[in-house]
Amino acid sequence: MLRKALSAAAVLACLTFGGAASAAEHGHTLRPVTFSFDGPFGKFDRGSLQRGYKVYAEVCSSCHGMNLLSYRNLAQKGGPFFDEKYKNPNDNPYAKAIAAAIEVPDIDPDTGDAITRPATPADRFKDPYPNEPAARAGNGGALPPDLSVIAKAREGGAHYIYSLLTGYHEAPAGLTVAPGQYYDEYYKSDLSSAWKGPKDKVPPGGVLAMSFQLTPDRVAFDDGTPSSTDQEAKDVAAFLAWAAEPHAEERKETGLAVMIYLLIFAGITYLSYRRIWKNVAH
Amino acid sequence: MSGPSSYEPKTAFERWLDVRLPIIRMANDTALDFPTPKNLNYWWTFGGILAVCLVIQIASGVVLAMHYVPNAGLAFDSVEHIMRDVKHGWMIRFIHANGASMFFLAVYIHMARGLYYGSYKAPREVLWILGCVIYLLMMATAFMGYVLPWGQMSYYGAVVITNLFSAFDGVIPGLGTYITTLLWGGFSVDNPTLNRFFSLHYLLPFMIAGVVGLHIWALHVPGNNNPTGVDVKSKSDTVPFHPYYTVKDGFAIVLFFIPFAWFVFFAPEALGHADNYVKANPLATPAHIVPEWYFLPFYAILRSIPDKLMGVLAMFGAIAMLFAVPWLDRSPVRSMRYRPTARWFFAIFIVATIILGWCGGQLPDDVILPIGKSETGAPTGFTVVWLSRILAAYYFAYFGILWFLKNEKTLPVPETISAPVLAEKV
Ligand code: HEC
Ligand code: HEM
Repeated sequence: MLRKALSAAAVLACLTFGGAASAAEHGHTLRPVTFSFDGPFGKFDRGSLQRGYKVYAEVCSSCHGMNLLSYRNLAQKGGPFFDEKYKNPNDNPYAKAIAAAIEVPDIDPDTGDAITRPATPADRFKDPYPNEPAARAGNGGALPPDLSVIAKAREGGAHYIYSLLTGYHEAPAGLTVAPGQYYDEYYKSDLSSAWKGPKDKVPPGGVLAMSFQLTPDRVAFDDGTPSSTDQEAKDVAAFLAWAAEPHAEERKETGLAVMIYLLIFAGITYLSYRRIWKNVAH
Repeated sequence: MSGPSSYEPKTAFERWLDVRLPIIRMANDTALDFPTPKNLNYWWTFGGILAVCLVIQIASGVVLAMHYVPNAGLAFDSVEHIMRDVKHGWMIRFIHANGASMFFLAVYIHMARGLYYGSYKAPREVLWILGCVIYLLMMATAFMGYVLPWGQMSYYGAVVITNLFSAFDGVIPGLGTYITTLLWGGFSVDNPTLNRFFSLHYLLPFMIAGVVGLHIWALHVPGNNNPTGVDVKSKSDTVPFHPYYTVKDGFAIVLFFIPFAWFVFFAPEALGHADNYVKANPLATPAHIVPEWYFLPFYAILRSIPDKLMGVLAMFGAIAMLFAVPWLDRSPVRSMRYRPTARWFFAIFIVATIILGWCGGQLPDDVILPIGKSETGAPTGFTVVWLSRILAAYYFAYFGILWFLKNEKTLPVPETISAPVLAEKV
């Protein structure tokens, strides 16, 4: 009886903590999408990461930095442009070409003057603004967050980013949206003061200072994939998921080997346990 | 059970060493030949699991500390540097972060085991209290460790918890302010706070290791309790620790590594909070500040009381109860196997604590059972804070109930440890 009660308690514990984890996000359910890297065995799709980088470079990078990444990271093992031939990502021709096309600020070692020079794979991604006030001034007072770990910094990760980027539409009638602000069904902000309708029917979503970015054909993909809003959003979300944890794929691969090892090891220790205890009544 | 030593030095070197530093004798008597009740179940394997957890935290922590930078401007990026650029840094960090959770999971099971089988009763009171001291040190260590990555939850967790001490201004004016200033190293949570927390986070685990030594010493004087709670009467009640319990604990440790590894490799962020990947920003308070899961029951008790000082006292009181339980429980029978009434109260106590943990993760005003609607249309009714109050009351009541269950009608207690085993076999 008590045994049953205790196992019921254990199940309850799992349920409540599982529930607590999911109940933490009170918001609107995200748009359904599946990523190749979902789940314990999922892997990144290189093509998608390459397209995603292109979306970042051609669209997002004009407002958002990615300060934790260097151009070399793009060509490291597991990265979008990794090539077996170039074990050292600094030698990878894609990383070199991508970097060389970007001018970064530097100091002339001979004169001490502020100059710009082509980036190298060792340079960090270039920041779009020289400082925070400049970034705010360019975005109606709002600060575009650094995107390096954004996929980990938001509940829902890549799924949230995908929903956010595709979730723009006409604000519901009754909602006042200030100039320079845009309604998005998946963003979270307090809308109650801007809402004219009944107090118990405040619409989901929120308003933010980033406008709709991913119009169809905004980016021309090199592999010929048609660039719909959906495709662009999915690819850039995948790229940001990779950037937030570049070793995630290696982590899962190692994990698989570790699990197999532990299961075999557990079996062997169990058999030794049975053998040693064979003659003890207990 | 610290009887005569069974160690016989076999080689000339061992004989030479034994009369100078009998360290091999000590190892033999505590870890190899130590007579251990033969009926210990799997709940007893968590002691060994905890020792492994401590070693894992120290080993992974020392490596993290080689790359981590305790500076408010650099800490966040240095943790990301560990994740990205340090060879296997991601693995070391995820082992350390999830290791803390696994450590707490194990310690809670270990403590529940002690509460159920009456392991805190004479002659094991000192052993139990040393365990409670370890638990307190673990909480302090984990709290300060969580501050180190200097994300939003790190920062605001530190703000909320350190501010609790200001409640002591209500006891002696100035006392609370004195404590918070001392913890902060200034007038708010800032770089000096991070520096002292890092220093203490490095120090405390070694103090834990010291208290663990005392804990094991205090274990080896009376010997292990066991599921029957009956004292060891003869040699036939025991088996030598090695190989019997080295293999059983070993098996349990490997089993424990399976969910541990699952978290590290497949769900490393499941127990964390997304906001901690946003750099600490003193100007932007997150909407919902929640501590790590292992603090949630105490957090719920704290928030269930509107008065800050009383809330803080209740929270500390909840832990103080554990220190006092050897004297609160007056029953002559140790194991709840033979205490049919007490064990129901125990089962409810465990469930209540788990649900308190759930409450700690919700907003206090969230409605669980909607009854009506307010004028804005928001549901009203039975809220999380009221559920927490009921459960917190039960948490404290449990220890009082133990006091009054002194003369509970118990089931027949076996004569010896071997008796129930033999009875089953007949
Ligand atoms: C014109 C400038 C601009 C461009 C281009 C831009 N953003 Fe933003 N973004 C912003 C600003 C400003 C904010 C902050 C909004 C606020 O706080 O109201 C923001 C916020 C965000 C957020 C955070 C939302 C949240 O939950 O807080 C994400 C994610 C994001 N942008 C992704 C992207 C991606 C991906 C792209 C490229 C497809 C992109 N942005 C392009 C200006 C821009
Ligand atoms: C009782 C043992 C310990 C516990 C319970 C513990 C717990 C924690 C926790 C919860 C974190 C935050 C992890 C995160 O979210 O990133 C942390 C971080 C850290 N700990 Fe420990 N720790 C212990 C021992 C140690 C030791 C002995 C050291 C050093 C010798 C250490 C060094 C560090 C460092 C450098 C960090 C920051 C890096 C990071 O956040 O990942 N820890 N610890």
